[in-house]
Parts: sequence; structure tokens; C-alpha cells
Amino acid sequence: MILDLIGAVLIGLGIFLVLLAGIGLLRFPDVFIRSSATTKAAGLGIALVLAGTACAIGTGEAAVKMGIAIVLQFIGAPVSGHVIARAAYRAGTPLWDRTTVDDLQGFVERPHELEAR
Amino acid sequence: MTLIDLGLAVLALSFALGIVRAVRGPSVADRAIAADLCLYAIVGAIALLTLRTTYREFLDVILIATLLGFLATISLGALVGRRDS
Repeated sequence: MILDLIGAVLIGLGIFLVLLAGIGLLRFPDVFIRSSATTKAAGLGIALVLAGTACAIGTGEAAVKMGIAIVLQFIGAPVSGHVIARAAYRAGTPLWDRTTVDDLQGFVERPHELEAR
Repeated sequence: MTLIDLGLAVLALSFALGIVRAVRGPSVADRAIAADLCLYAIVGAIALLTLRTTYREFLDVILIATLLGFLATISLGALVGRRDS
């Protein structure tokens, strides 16, 4: 009973985070900021949904499988977001025009911004 | 209408937002990130369907989808690095 309640709260929080990631993906100005929305919000949101599912089912099998899935999620989501963002930077995808800090400048080759557009 | 149905509706809305970005998004990287979000929404929907139905085998589907989604995004990253816009 208490496990059902915990599961419902975790699932609700996780789904809310996934919705926030969707809104951020639609509204944010450039690839790198959008990547931050998907990587962090949706990754954590899905991990919370899986944890809540394991709580609501309540068997050991579900706990083990969802535990493995959550670990894979926490390894996979940041790495894949980083790979996509770095590949986009190398390919010369333009930054937001109000971006002031470019930490990769000089470390990663990229074509000139106006040529890439 | 139960809470699980409401959650499925919210996940569908999030999936639709991802599809909009995948259609509009100016660069290939935008589409790759949008595909990532769509996969997350599908995984969440499968988890909710596991709760709603009695098919506990869906848990294996979640495991495999998580692993394959990671590999798919990494290979999309290689594609984005090769050509863009």
C-alpha cells in the first residue's frame, strides 16, 4: 500500500519532468541548450518513472530489471547527449547569438559559423 | 479515467512536442535530440502499460529499449559529425 503511494508519486514526478523536457526542446533557442533539456530532465524523469514502476509492481524481479535499466539510463543519457552536442559543435552548428561563453573554442576545430549556415 | 491514463496522455503530449521539433529542427543534431526524447516517452509509456495490463514481460522490453536507444544515439552522433545542416 505504501509502496503503491511511493510509486505513484515517483511516476508523477518523472512524467512531469519528461513533459518539461518536451517543452524545453520546443522553446529553447539552439541545439546545445535543447540538448541540456533532453539529457538532464528527460533522463532523470525516465529513471524516476522506472523506479516508480518497480515500487508499484513490488516484486524482486521487477526491482532487479528496473534497477539495471536505471543504471543504463544514468550512464547512457549524459554520454549520448554529450556525443550529439560535440558532433554538432564540430560540424559547425551555429551557437545562439546571445551565447557569451564558448569553452570549446580553440580546442575543437569547427568551420566558420557563417559558412556553415 | 485513472491516473495511469492521465500519465499516458501527458507522455503522448511530450512525444508530440518531440515530433514537432524533429520536423522543424534546423540541423540534424536537433532531429537526433528530438528522436532521443521520443524514445524516452515511449519507454515511459511501456512502463505505464506494464502497470495497467498484466503483461510483466514488458519489463524486458524496457531493458532492451534503453540499451538500444543508447547505441542508436551514439551512431546518430557519428552521422551528425560527418555532415550537418
